[in-house]
Amino acid sequence: MVLAALVGAGLAVSGAVLQTVVSNPLADPIVLGFSYGATLGAVLVITLGGGAALAGLGVSAAAFLGAVAAGALVFVLGQRRGRLAPTRLVLAGVAVGYVFLSATSYVQLQATPTELRTVMFWMLGSVSGAQWDQLPTVTVVVLVTTALLGLFGRRLNALLAGDESATALGVDVNRLRAVLLVLAALLTGTVIAVAGSIGFVGLMIPHLVRLTTGADHRRLLPLTALLGAVYLVLVDLLSRTLNRPDEIPLGILTALLGAPFFLWLLRHNKGLD
Amino acid sequence: MKLTVDRLHVTLDHNPILRDVSLEARKADIVGLVGPNGSGKSTLLRTVYRSLRPADGVVRVGEDSVWELSPRAAARRTAAVLQDAGGNTTGLTVTEIVALGRVPHHGLLGRDGAEDREAVSDAIDRCGVRPFADRDYASLSGGERQRVLLARALAQRPRLLVLDELTNHLDIRARFELLALIRATGVTTLAVLHDLDLAARLCDHLVVLHDGAVAAAGPVLEVLTPDLLADVFGVRAATERHADGVIRITYAAQPVANGESAGHDQARLTETTEC
Repeated sequence: MVLAALVGAGLAVSGAVLQTVVSNPLADPIVLGFSYGATLGAVLVITLGGGAALAGLGVSAAAFLGAVAAGALVFVLGQRRGRLAPTRLVLAGVAVGYVFLSATSYVQLQATPTELRTVMFWMLGSVSGAQWDQLPTVTVVVLVTTALLGLFGRRLNALLAGDESATALGVDVNRLRAVLLVLAALLTGTVIAVAGSIGFVGLMIPHLVRLTTGADHRRLLPLTALLGAVYLVLVDLLSRTLNRPDEIPLGILTALLGAPFFLWLLRHNKGLD
Repeated sequence: MKLTVDRLHVTLDHNPILRDVSLEARKADIVGLVGPNGSGKSTLLRTVYRSLRPADGVVRVGEDSVWELSPRAAARRTAAVLQDAGGNTTGLTVTEIVALGRVPHHGLLGRDGAEDREAVSDAIDRCGVRPFADRDYASLSGGERQRVLLARALAQRPRLLVLDELTNHLDIRARFELLALIRATGVTTLAVLHDLDLAARLCDHLVVLHDGAVAAAGPVLEVLTPDLLADVFGVRAATERHADGVIRITYAAQPVANGESAGHDQARLTETTEC
């Protein structure tokens, strides 16, 4: 329950920040390749089992490393003459994502049916497999990074005005992008590591908040965190009760329940045009 | 505050964009920056609002070189209204846009205070955007948007205004209203203007850029001579002050024939090669 709230808040906040950092409404941890990096890390450990355990890596640790590795690659490839370019970042993220996805598919081909089921379940996301000893780390990382990101609200707003205008407003655009990317990668990496790659939340929750209360980040970020947390707690409850005693993976329900509502909101709001 | 640009050289991808450009805007002056497309006007502005570091030369706002100030300190002196293509302000209200002008006045931990609210409210009133202060910026007309952006700049409480084609795509009434607003601010202004007539109406002084160098500078009537208009802009035209005090330009129907300006073009080519 606590974990679901933390995961929901973390994914939603990092989605909101990433969308502004790369000036692209479609951006989220999946588009930027973070989730695929995490998946590869997790899948490697699940299928190699003993080998990786020897190296002392659990699934969570490997997923975290995968996400951070993907983040680092996108960060390096997204630069042009020492500047982080928004379009380049998105394209680098997509390309890095595909590479990790191919590697993941290849590893899966070598896996046994039992391993495949574990892999499948991990990829669709769950907070039930959480261990109590992970909770303090996740709590600290999510709270601290979210609070830090919250401090940048004013500057994130300036970024909405475009790079040149933000520069004229005294914002060091390049450094701001770098700091925000690092924080967002750290946040997503931690969250995906314990809960698997849950889609929809990072992409849609920020838009839901924007559509209803506007794009000012000083309001957007706290509300996004709150809505993300509430939403994932609800979905987690449903996922455990709908099909008892089995659990439906979170990733299936987040989109299944959220997307229709989002589409309804989209139709009744002209703000996005 | 005084703006001084001294022997500025700017190079992009090894191409010289500005060559030995100097200009000055005294306190409360409105200086127009005019020139054909690609003459380096926007590049010059970028060095002033601290977005592009010149290869050589100095830009001073007041007594300090802008590149020796921190980004925020520079932005507390200079406000810019730009043609920013990368922006997406969907979902921000007019008041929230104007409040962006307070960004350079705060660090990460700063909270809005009475001075911020006053600066924003004052700018909203001065630019006449109060009637739509709570509306979504994206829902405004072109003229309304430009007034909002000017209000954002004024909320910065700047000592220098930098304007890039503020009146583009606006109808004639909206243009005149904006010019009156700029005049009324009393802030030193450097404005890139495409429309020479408008530049002649608004500005105390003009600086003409041509191929990255200053072709002429001074009071409007002394600058916009028939020879300069033919050489730099390729048009036949006469500039005169009419009885109502307004300086107007009368253009001939035919532009300068290619052969006619060949001598000048030749001279320019030689000059460029030498660089």
